Amino acid sequence: MKPKDYQKLVKDNSPPRPLLKNTLWAFFVGGLISSLGQVVLNIASKTENTKAEAASVTLAVMILIGAILTGLGIYDEIAEKGGAGAAVPITGFSNTVTSAAMEFRREGFLLGMGAKMFVIAGPVIVFGILSGFIVSLAKALILGLF
Amino acid sequence: MSNRLGSQTLTFSRRPRVLSSYTLVGPIEGKGPHALDFDEILPDDVLGQKTPEKTERLMLEMAVEKTLRHRNTKSEEVHFILAGDLLNQITSSSFAASTYTIPFLGIYGACSTFAQGIGLGAALLQGDFAEKVLIGTASHYQTAERQFRYPIELNVQHISSNHHTVTGAGAALLGFGDEGPQISYATFGHIVDMGLKDAHDMGSAMAPAAYSTIKMHLQDTGRSLEDYDMILTGDLGKQGRKMLRLLLEKDGLKGLERLQDGGSQIYSEGQKAGAGGSGAACIAVMALGYGLNMLKSAKAERILIVATGALLSALTVLQGETIPCVAHAIAFEA
Repeated sequence: MKPKDYQKLVKDNSPPRPLLKNTLWAFFVGGLISSLGQVVLNIASKTENTKAEAASVTLAVMILIGAILTGLGIYDEIAEKGGAGAAVPITGFSNTVTSAAMEFRREGFLLGMGAKMFVIAGPVIVFGILSGFIVSLAKALILGLF
Repeated sequence: MSNRLGSQTLTFSRRPRVLSSYTLVGPIEGKGPHALDFDEILPDDVLGQKTPEKTERLMLEMAVEKTLRHRNTKSEEVHFILAGDLLNQITSSSFAASTYTIPFLGIYGACSTFAQGIGLGAALLQGDFAEKVLIGTASHYQTAERQFRYPIELNVQHISSNHHTVTGAGAALLGFGDEGPQISYATFGHIVDMGLKDAHDMGSAMAPAAYSTIKMHLQDTGRSLEDYDMILTGDLGKQGRKMLRLLLEKDGLKGLERLQDGGSQIYSEGQKAGAGGSGAACIAVMALGYGLNMLKSAKAERILIVATGALLSALTVLQGETIPCVAHAIAFEA
């Protein structure tokens, strides 16, 4: 059998991914995490003076929750069901950093944890900054700020 | 070249035997349907070690030591130790073998390592280069995950064709004697690469390698699938098992009901292990546990073990390369 024919055979005989189920779970889990964030924001708004300060507190709390759930071995179970719903919120970002830090701790603090902590979160930061720059550049050009 | 048969098969007229063997698995594998086939189920997958790499090495040491003890064999009587695992530079095997002064041959065939070792060991015995040879393989879920996939606690959604690396180790002592399953043939496979690139579906990638080696084995030996009570493939998993069947069905081969797959069967449905088990320990514990138990309890007279290996690395996957695969077949007789 030629490789092309076999590749087609595999394609025809691979079970389809449960797209609808996954999407609904992602919607539900993502929504739940975001609602939790909203609750934290509402509480923070009462103690903090400005909106920006309240948002900062909320982010810090959500990152802490993500890190603790990762440390307890719960977050990956949530993600197993929730998929992108668990990966996209900032708790997911916290999970990528914490899980890498836990994993590479064995190779030492400096060259293990220190060097590998952002091994998964790194691309998110790099392309987050890059896309942020492109969007701001586009905004500046369109509004004629140059 | 009287010990060769056809184009890829070795024939062992002196019939080396599996004198003793030992299998141990982690707690998850110990909850699977084959729990009773294994010699030991570990209480946890740490064993008091600082790192999973150390645990993997300890498991291999335990399997080797208990295999030797079972027959009161002194390590000086063993002429070679052939061992392999999944880690870079097969370090678990080197560390485990460092406890002995037995000449060490490290081998790598990913999940096919065990069959590669048995075949090579039998050849050393047939060629009168050794009187006793030790074979050992080990793998650990956590060490394999970090090397080939992601950190354990990362938010990853597993898909149904994903494999779950078996935590465990298996060792076998080969030699001559009056008891123990005999090794009659070994068919070493060539690399089969069908151009598949999805590392999340290694079963589909490995199935053509298993198909090629099975076909070659039958052609070289003149046997049919029906000459075996069981053909136990390595860790094809549910998806790979399906693909292998499709390939064999196209050829109109009879006896497909005798096909079983170690990877698909080591975990039960409820264990959410995706396509099934994989890793260097998977076929080792399934063959030495389940397979040889069938021979010892006279439920089978002749079985064929076909261990498959996906020879990818974390680098080749990132570089967009295809997955080269291999399969080795060993015929055991009661």
